[in-house]
Amino acid sequence: MNLILALILVPFAVGGVLLLLRPDALRRIFVTSALVVVGGLSVALALAPATLELGELPVSGHAISLGMLVVELAMSLYLLYVGVRARHALIVLLVLAQAGLMAWFELGPGAHVAVAQELFMDQFAVIMALINGLVGGGICLYALGYMREYHEQAHRDVPDRRPQFFALLFTFMGAMFGLIFANNLTWLFLFWEITTLCSFLLIGYTQTEEARRNALRALVMNLAGGLAFALAIVWLHRKTGGIGLQAMLHSPDKALVLLPAALLCFAGITKSAQLPFSSWLLGAMVAPTPVSALLHSSTMVKAGVYLVLRMAPLVAGTKAGLMVALVGAVTFVIGSFAAITASDAKRVLAWSTVANLGLIVLCGGIGTAEAVWAGVLLIIFHAVAKCLLFLCVGVIEHKLHSRDIESMSGLIVSMPRVAVLMQIGMAGMFLAPFGMLISKWAVLKAVVDASPVLSVFIVFGSAATLFFWVKWMGKLLQVVAPPPRVAPELDLGESIALHGLAAATFLACLLFPLISTHFILPYVAGVFGPTGALMGQGNITIMIIMMALVMLFPVTFLNYGRGVRVTDAYLGGANVGGSTHFRSSADSVQDVAIGNYYLHDILSEAWLARWGVIGSAVLLAAMFLLSFP
Amino acid sequence: MNPWTRLLIYLVAAPLVGGLLAGWDRRITARMQARQGPPIFQPFYDVVKLFNKENVVVRRSQNYYIFFFLLLVVFTGGLFFAGADLLLVIFALTLAAIFLVLGAYKTSSPYSFIGAERELIQMMAYEPMVLLTAIGMYLVTRSFSVGDIASHPTLLVLALPGVFLGFLYTLEIKFRKSPFDLSSSHHAHQELVRGITTEFSGRTLAMIEIAHWYENVFLLGLVYLFFGSMPWLGVAVALAVFVAVILVDNVFARLKWQAALKSAWLVTLVLGFGNILALALLAPKAAAPQAKANPAALVAPAAPPALTPTAAPARRT
Repeated sequence: MNLILALILVPFAVGGVLLLLRPDALRRIFVTSALVVVGGLSVALALAPATLELGELPVSGHAISLGMLVVELAMSLYLLYVGVRARHALIVLLVLAQAGLMAWFELGPGAHVAVAQELFMDQFAVIMALINGLVGGGICLYALGYMREYHEQAHRDVPDRRPQFFALLFTFMGAMFGLIFANNLTWLFLFWEITTLCSFLLIGYTQTEEARRNALRALVMNLAGGLAFALAIVWLHRKTGGIGLQAMLHSPDKALVLLPAALLCFAGITKSAQLPFSSWLLGAMVAPTPVSALLHSSTMVKAGVYLVLRMAPLVAGTKAGLMVALVGAVTFVIGSFAAITASDAKRVLAWSTVANLGLIVLCGGIGTAEAVWAGVLLIIFHAVAKCLLFLCVGVIEHKLHSRDIESMSGLIVSMPRVAVLMQIGMAGMFLAPFGMLISKWAVLKAVVDASPVLSVFIVFGSAATLFFWVKWMGKLLQVVAPPPRVAPELDLGESIALHGLAAATFLACLLFPLISTHFILPYVAGVFGPTGALMGQGNITIMIIMMALVMLFPVTFLNYGRGVRVTDAYLGGANVGGSTHFRSSADSVQDVAIGNYYLHDILSEAWLARWGVIGSAVLLAAMFLLSFP
Repeated sequence: MNPWTRLLIYLVAAPLVGGLLAGWDRRITARMQARQGPPIFQPFYDVVKLFNKENVVVRRSQNYYIFFFLLLVVFTGGLFFAGADLLLVIFALTLAAIFLVLGAYKTSSPYSFIGAERELIQMMAYEPMVLLTAIGMYLVTRSFSVGDIASHPTLLVLALPGVFLGFLYTLEIKFRKSPFDLSSSHHAHQELVRGITTEFSGRTLAMIEIAHWYENVFLLGLVYLFFGSMPWLGVAVALAVFVAVILVDNVFARLKWQAALKSAWLVTLVLGFGNILALALLAPKAAAPQAKANPAALVAPAAPPALTPTAAPARRT
C-alpha cells in the first residue's frame, strides 16, 4: 500500500519542487535522483509478492473524494478560462457538462458511496507501472540534455520555461501511476483528467500559433472522452449502486454494465488516438521530442489502451465489443497505409503509433484470454521500441536540423551510433523475431480463433507496415555521397536513455517467456480463469534461435572490407568522380539522387484520413446503439 | 519421418532439386521460344564459375546482408520441412527477404535501389495472400503447425479452392517471373539493368542464386501442403504448378508495379478473403475447441481428438 501511495505521490511532489527550481545544474541533479527513486519504487513493486497487502488508507475515503472534487473543479475552471480565451465554444460546453455532472454526482447521489478499496493492484497494473517508471523515467532523463540543447541552440526563439516543463513531465507521470492503481472510478477519472490537462499544456509548450491550435484540438477530443467517462460513472452508479472498477468487472450481470463499459471504451479510444480522433496525436508532434515520446510510448495513449483492455472481459463476445474491435482494425489499416505516404519522420512514427494502438484496441474488443494476452504484450514491446525511435529522431533533428526521412540518407556514416540504435528500434517494431512480431503472431492467432474475418485487416495492415519501415531502414544505410561525421552524437543523459532502451528492446524479447509466465498469464488467468500456455515451447525456441541468428549479424562486420575490390556503382553512363555523378547521353554531368517511394499516386493521406474518420465514427455510433440495454 | 531427418534431407537435397528445376526451367523456356537451350546442369556450372570470380563491391558491407539472406532462407525452409509453426515460417521468410532488400539499399546504386523499392512493393503485394493461406489452413485443421497440416486427413484444397488459386497468383510474384519480374529481370535492361542484384557479383551473386533454389523448393512445399493427405498428388501438382509458372512467364508481358500491386490485392480480397469468409460463415461456431468437427461443408469430418475429456474438471467453489 505504502509503495503504491509513494509511487503516486512522489512524482507529484517532485513536480511541485521542480516548479520552483531555477538553476539548470540543480535541476539535473534533482531530476536524476528523483528518477532513480521512482524507477526503484516501480521495480520494487514488481518484485513484491503478487498478493501485496492493500491496507486501509490513512485518511477516510470521503475526505479524499471531497479534496479531489476541489482539484477537479479547479482544473475545470482553468480549462473554462482556456476555452473562453480561445473562443472555443465546444471546449466551454464540454468542460461545463463534465464539471456539472461530476459536481452533481459527488455532492448528490455519489456522496455516500463506499468503494471497498480505493486503490488496487494486479500484474497488469505492475506491468504498466514498470513501463511508466522505467520508460517514462528514461524519457525524463533524455529530456534534461535535450531541452538544454533545444533552448540554447536549436530553438532560441522559444521562451525558456523549463521549470514548468519538467514539473509537467513529473505530474504526468504521477497521474499515470494514479490511473493505473485506482479502483474507485472517480479517482481514476481525476487522474484521467490530469493527463488531459498535462498533455494540453505540454503540446502547447512552444506557444506558437500551430502549437496552440494543436493543443486545443487535443484538449477537445480528450474532453469528449472525459465526458463519456463521467457519464459512465453516473450510469454505473444508477444501475449497480457502486463505482468500483473491480466490482464492475466482476459484475454478475454483464448486460447491466455494458453501456458504462462501452462509454469507458469510448474514453479509451479518444485517449489512445484511434480514428476518428487520431488527428490530436499527429498534431502533438509540434511539441519538443520528449513530449512526443512520452505521449506515444509510456503515458497518455497507453492509458487509453489500458482502459480498453480492462474492459475486455465485459465487452467480449458482444456486438458492442465487435464494434470496438472494428474501430481498432480500421485504425490499424488506415494508420499503416498513411505512414507509407509520410516523409516526416515524426509523422511516420505517429501514424505507426496510431496503427499499433489500433491492434491493441482490436485485442480489447475481441476480449478473449488469448487476445488480452497479445494486447498486453503489444503494450510492452511497443512502449520500448517506439520510445527509442522517438528519442533517436529527436537527436537527429537537433544535429541535422531536419526530420525529413530523405535527409537521413547516409546516417550510418554521419551518426553511426544513432543509426544503429534506430535500426534496432525499427527492427523491434516489425521484424521477426523481435517483440512486436511475437505479439503480431499472438494477435493473429487470437483473431483467427475469435473471428477469422477480422484477420483480413491485420494481413493488409502488416504488409503496409513492412513497406514503410524497410524503406526507412534502407535510407539510413544508403550512402550516396558520404556526409561529414557529426560529433558528439549524444550527451550523457541521452546516451543512457537510448542505450538503455535499445538493451530493453533485446531483453524484452529474450525475457519474454518470463514476463509472460510471471505477469501476463497470471493476470489473464485471474480475469478469464486458468488457461494453458498461449505460445508453445517449440515456438519460443524458434524465436530464440532466430534472435541468436540476427544477433550474429554484427559479427560479420569483423571481416569488414577484407578480400574485396571496391568499385563505383553502375550509373547507366560514364561515372564522373566516383558514384555521385555521371556523364549523360547529352554529354552533361548529372548528379545521382535517390529518393524513396511514397506511393502518392495510389495512396493519399487526406483521403485515408477522411474515410477512416467517417468509417470509425459510424462504428462508434453503432457501438453505443448496440450497448443500450 | 522424424523432423530432424526431414530437415537434413531438405538441407542437402533442396539446392540440388532447386538447381535442377532452374535448369529445367531454362530448357523448357528455350523450347517454348524454339531454341535449343543450355544443358540441364547449366545453373550448377554458372554457380561454380561465379564462386571463382573476383569479389567486387560498391560498399564494403553489402555482401554481409546477402549472406544473411541465404542463411535465413535456408532457415525458413528448414523450419517448414521440420514441421514448425507456419506463421513463424512466413515471418522468417519475410526477415530473409528484408536482408536482401537492405543489401540492395546498402549498395547505394540507383538501379539496385529501384530494384529494392520494387521488391518491397512486391512483398507488400504477396504478403497478405501468404498470411491468408496460413489462416485458411488453420481454419480447416485448427493448427498452424506444418506437421499437423501436412498430416491432416482431408484434402485441404477442397475447402480452400479460393485460397489455393490466390496463392498460385502470388506465387508468380515470389518466383520473380513475368508478369511480375519487376524487381530483378532478365528482360528489362534499359529500365532497371538487373534491379536488386545489379551491384552483386561473384560469390555473392552465387549465394543469391542458391538462396533462390532453396526458396523455390520451399514454395513448392507450400503448394504440396494443400494436398498433404495425398502425397503423390501433392508432388505432381507442385511440379505441374512449376511448369505452369514457366508457361505464364513466357506468355505474359511484364506489368507495371501499380498493376501488380492492385491485381494481387484484388485477388487476395476476392479469392483469398472470400474463401476465408465462406469458411467462417459455414463453419459451426469454432469457439469450443472440442467441437473439432467439420469446419466446412466440403470437408470430411476430422478424426476425433485422441483425448476428449468426458467431463469438465470439477470446479472449486
